[in-house]
Amino acid sequence: MTVISTIKDSENLTLTLVADLDATPEQVWAVWEDPRTLERWWGPPTWPATFTRHDFVVGGESRYHMTGPDGETSRGYWQMQAIDKPNRIDFMNGLAGPDGEPAPDMPPMSGHVTFEARGAGTRMTAVSRFLDLAQMETMLGRGMAEGMGEAIGQIDKILATGPA
Amino acid sequence: MVVARPLTEGELDRVFHALADATRRDILSRAIHGEESVSALSRHYSMSLPAVQKHVAVLERAALVTKKRRGREQIVHANGSMIAKAVALLDQYEALWIERADRIADVLAAADVLAPADEGERP
Repeated sequence: MTVISTIKDSENLTLTLVADLDATPEQVWAVWEDPRTLERWWGPPTWPATFTRHDFVVGGESRYHMTGPDGETSRGYWQMQAIDKPNRIDFMNGLAGPDGEPAPDMPPMSGHVTFEARGAGTRMTAVSRFLDLAQMETMLGRGMAEGMGEAIGQIDKILATGPA
Repeated sequence: MVVARPLTEGELDRVFHALADATRRDILSRAIHGEESVSALSRHYSMSLPAVQKHVAVLERAALVTKKRRGREQIVHANGSMIAKAVALLDQYEALWIERADRIADVLAAADVLAPADEGERP
């Protein structure tokens, strides 16, 4: 079981996910740091993500888009606030406009991810913090919800084909 | 998928405004976990009863709570459907992150993800 626990706080609008992964913190770090690897898990199977920029340094930014089944795209960005390899990542995650740049009228949500060595593996704790319900709806509404529950096929594909 | 009807712009604005204040979040939390009167609620905070009444009114306008009269007291109830909305959205986000974590595990299990320490800088 990868996911050990989740805590949903509907008053403070936070989600905390704890997962134990069978890899070193450095290896887990790499799936966040390397954009080609990040693309293999960030988007749902039906909305795969493409990172066109990924400056994985403090103050750095990322640009990505997710492509839906009918070719429609949902654009987003990250702003890295803390990068402590291989221990901690703090970043803002927001939606971008058609030009791919941060949408000024939609404030980003924040993500706080920590990695701790546990035996031969790594405990990853990811905390997502939303400002309000409107933001939660918007972040989920653009293509994310649709792709849930379809991960199995993508996993098989990755295992079968090796490098993406 | 969100089963409930999406909130209108006006509803979203009111919910956003209501949840933006720590006292109101605390009042909502107390309303979820129990039923207290406005005057009982006011004893938790170092502010006047009218100030607490104002906070409750903001929560009411956002449809997060309702007030019901019981004898001489106004009991503050949490509005389940609006809170259910938040819970439903968190459920979706939880599912999203569980799937992400599972995909991370599978990516790590795939043989092509190398130990980065041996690779130097990645592109």
